[in-house]
Amino acid sequence: MPKSALTGSRIREHRLMQGLKQADLARQIGISASYLNLIEHNRRRIGGKTLLALSEVLGLDPSTLSQGAERAVVTELQDAAASDTDMPVELDQIDDLVARFPGWAAKITAQHRRLRALEQTVGGLNDRLTHDPVLSEKMHEVLSTVSAIRSTASILVATPDLGAEWQARFYSNIDTESRRLADSSASMAAHLDNLSRKETGTATPLEAVFSAFDARGHHLVELERGGNPETLAAQLPELDSTEARALALSYFGIYSTDAHSMPLDAFESAAHELKFDPAALAGRFGVPLEAAFRRLASLPRGATIPDMGLVSCDAAGALLVRKSPSGLALPWFGAGCPLWPLYAALNAPGVPIRKAIEGEDGARFNAMALAHPSGPLRFDRPPDYHAIMLLVAQDGQQGDAAIPVGSSCRVCARSACDARREPTVLTTPEAVAF
Amino acid sequence: MSKSVLLVEDEPNIIEAISFLLERDGWTVRIHSQGDDAVEAVARVSPDVLVLDVMLPGRSGFDILRDLRSDAATRELPILMLTARGQTKDRKLAESYGVSHFMTKPFSNEEMLGKVRELYAAAVDKS
Repeated sequence: MPKSALTGSRIREHRLMQGLKQADLARQIGISASYLNLIEHNRRRIGGKTLLALSEVLGLDPSTLSQGAERAVVTELQDAAASDTDMPVELDQIDDLVARFPGWAAKITAQHRRLRALEQTVGGLNDRLTHDPVLSEKMHEVLSTVSAIRSTASILVATPDLGAEWQARFYSNIDTESRRLADSSASMAAHLDNLSRKETGTATPLEAVFSAFDARGHHLVELERGGNPETLAAQLPELDSTEARALALSYFGIYSTDAHSMPLDAFESAAHELKFDPAALAGRFGVPLEAAFRRLASLPRGATIPDMGLVSCDAAGALLVRKSPSGLALPWFGAGCPLWPLYAALNAPGVPIRKAIEGEDGARFNAMALAHPSGPLRFDRPPDYHAIMLLVAQDGQQGDAAIPVGSSCRVCARSACDARREPTVLTTPEAVAF
Repeated sequence: MSKSVLLVEDEPNIIEAISFLLERDGWTVRIHSQGDDAVEAVARVSPDVLVLDVMLPGRSGFDILRDLRSDAATRELPILMLTARGQTKDRKLAESYGVSHFMTKPFSNEEMLGKVRELYAAAVDKS
């Protein structure tokens, strides 16, 4: 097969532009007309003396004939071939590929560039993981906290004659440190996620909103104080696009309404009094049950407030709100575990459901779910429903048997699950069945 | 007179756990939670063993270690560095400054206690 196929086309183009006959040009450089014809139709390779002679007769620099825009494509294809020597390719036919299949050649080079860019991104992330001072600080905090928990727990286990006062003190320390660990690890995860999304530029507006809420523990001090949602949206670094800010405004609007109808101090006090029962709180403040769910999940973390998560979805199951409690990581996009009571609620709109669920690492939650109309009710069409689920961490193994759930099928290792919709990416031995 | 440890650490619950362990093991434990005047605290307390954190308010444990080793009075002081910064470069830095032992958090109580005893015994033997 010919090489430098594109060179032939350029020779023909310049010859015709100068009004030269193929036979005349061939004679001037000392080759046959039929051979020049083969060259011009990219059926013979050309280089060396013949190329120099042709360029001299045509009054062109040899590179004009041998290097066109396609040369860059050829170079990139050669680079792509060299980058993966495990998969040999027909290097001597690159020109032919460019000449005959320019679309495929462009596609391969574009993918090669994308691959290079992603490699650079990975390298950049690797550098950030190693040198990022924020990450280093967060990691230090996590390790320090783990250290305090480990050391204190070991004392409790290894010291049977420990006095009651010391015991109480150490239990309290473990409680404090475990809360700190939950916060610092969530903060670190949010930072890592934010880093990766910034580096790869793949954050959707919804993911940006999730990041903004996660970074603030889902408690927006500015809105609690009656701040302007638009001002807040403009200030949050996670909301880095017009679309993200616009989407955030709808979330902030709901937050502000909840904060107005359930003022923080009064709500927190009532929550303690009513043992964090959302139905009782909804009755006390005259708000829908879903509003009480949201408000409970927005309470600031504190020693006397249970760890609470919140998740909501549309009728298609796609997540709209995600606040992960410790022990159950909620997915960033798409749908979650089909066994969540959240989805069961969609089968019976308006009927509150309460179930005990258990995450993969044994963490138990009191899951309360409800499907509710997502907008005003109308006579001309049936309502669209959203479902919302409040997750309240349970202490110990109390109550009825819990439903074993996961985060989402992709990252769930439970093999004996009839609800699994796709294989897991995890490689634990028990996670292979599908 | 009982053996003494100066614990330079700023995490309250770690301080409480380590103090409890050392005191039950028969050590007199003094606490110091600042980095900027830790060298002066060592001079004042004159401990048998120093347990030193790295990330401290005011001054890094590495700088404190370097200063202590450049002073004849504390050049031989047994120093156990206890830190969450467990990267190889941190360990090498500590070793280059003359740390007696570098231990990363989270640590096991037995390991930490054993190392404090060991450093003290080695220092006594040497003297």
